[in-house]
Amino acid sequence: MDEGLRNELSKQGVFTTTLSDLYNWGRRSSVWPLQFGLACCAIEMIAASMARYDLARFGAEVFRPSPRQADLMIVAGTVTKKMAPQVVRLYNQMPEPKYVIAMGACAISGGPFKQGYNVLKGIDRYIPVDVHIPGCPPRPEALLHAFMTLQRKIDEQAMSGKARPRHLNPDAPSEFPVPQFGEHDLVPPKNEMVWETPVVTRNG
Amino acid sequence: MIDLESIRLRIEASVAGAQVTLVPNDSPAAQPSLLVEGAHGLAIALFLRDDAELRFDYCSNATGVDWLDTELKVKVKQVVDGVEKEVEQVTKKPGYLETVYHLYSMEKRHGPLILRMRTRNRAGEAKLPSLTSVWRSCEFQEREIYDLYGIEFIGHPDLRRILMWDGFKDHPMRKDYVEPDDYEYEPTPHDEVLEKAKEHYPGS
Ligand code: SF4
Repeated sequence: MDEGLRNELSKQGVFTTTLSDLYNWGRRSSVWPLQFGLACCAIEMIAASMARYDLARFGAEVFRPSPRQADLMIVAGTVTKKMAPQVVRLYNQMPEPKYVIAMGACAISGGPFKQGYNVLKGIDRYIPVDVHIPGCPPRPEALLHAFMTLQRKIDEQAMSGKARPRHLNPDAPSEFPVPQFGEHDLVPPKNEMVWETPVVTRNG
Repeated sequence: MIDLESIRLRIEASVAGAQVTLVPNDSPAAQPSLLVEGAHGLAIALFLRDDAELRFDYCSNATGVDWLDTELKVKVKQVVDGVEKEVEQVTKKPGYLETVYHLYSMEKRHGPLILRMRTRNRAGEAKLPSLTSVWRSCEFQEREIYDLYGIEFIGHPDLRRILMWDGFKDHPMRKDYVEPDDYEYEPTPHDEVLEKAKEHYPGS
């Protein structure tokens, strides 16, 4: 519908919308994050959900203790190689539509422990991440911003067509392979389906 | 302040066959320690805990150290074919693994007493007695030493890996640990990381 016509109608007290706008408005206003934290970043996540920063203002007040009831995974903290399979398993157990926010330097890249022997270099090696937040730790405002970014992303998702989200596409996977504990490292060390090793190209 | 030399003598007098060496420490920490052999480790630990004057009833910390094989090069004058020459003599000292225990006495309010034990070498005979039966607080810390350094503790009630997963083969805190080759692009590599960057992205 034409934007101008819609404005004109709303001035007359007639509200119009599209089904997908309504659908996405409902989804983005009621996001249930999974309640778990992995390291120091989790403290900031907790702060963001409490009275002072109040994540509830954005419609995400209920942190669910079960992945079956959650649709947002906030990976808040260091993902060790020993923990990574459990994080992927929890993600697999969440019903679609589901989203992931990787919070903090550790979750997005390994952070201060990047060259360590036991820390995963970012959870996006195994599951698709929607929003990355840098920082060590990111302040609660940064988490709020990431959450608003996610809401914008949900808002813009079409219900049909090529750009439709994964949960409306029967061919897209909703589960991702859980890495196994190997003798020296996780097997496989990354899931090529979701993660591509960066290629450096230099000009001149 | 406890007098290490007198404790050393008292241990040798009370524990039959025990030989204790005082290891001085010239660094700013200036914390000398007692080196005991593994064979008498348990008896000495019991003596330190139960002796009426010492009563070291609390082990606050147990950790491991890896000492690599060392080569000592000395220049000696030798007569070769009737001519006196300076010849380099290389003596090899086998490396060893070491455990360090920090002991305190809650009752007598003194400490720390630093107790060291060394394995014969770094490979086949990396075995030492477990002191968990003397100080319960050693249990997890000895498991950690076993996990990260590979020292096998004889008499430990539950010697399993604690930080890394069970199928893991390496001991990551050993100095010759080779980490999995999982370097990925980094914007500002330096030192060792720069070496890896050159290997993985030649010409960049
Ligand atoms: S990014 Fe910093 S604050 Fe967050 S988990 Fe890692 S070390 Fe802790």
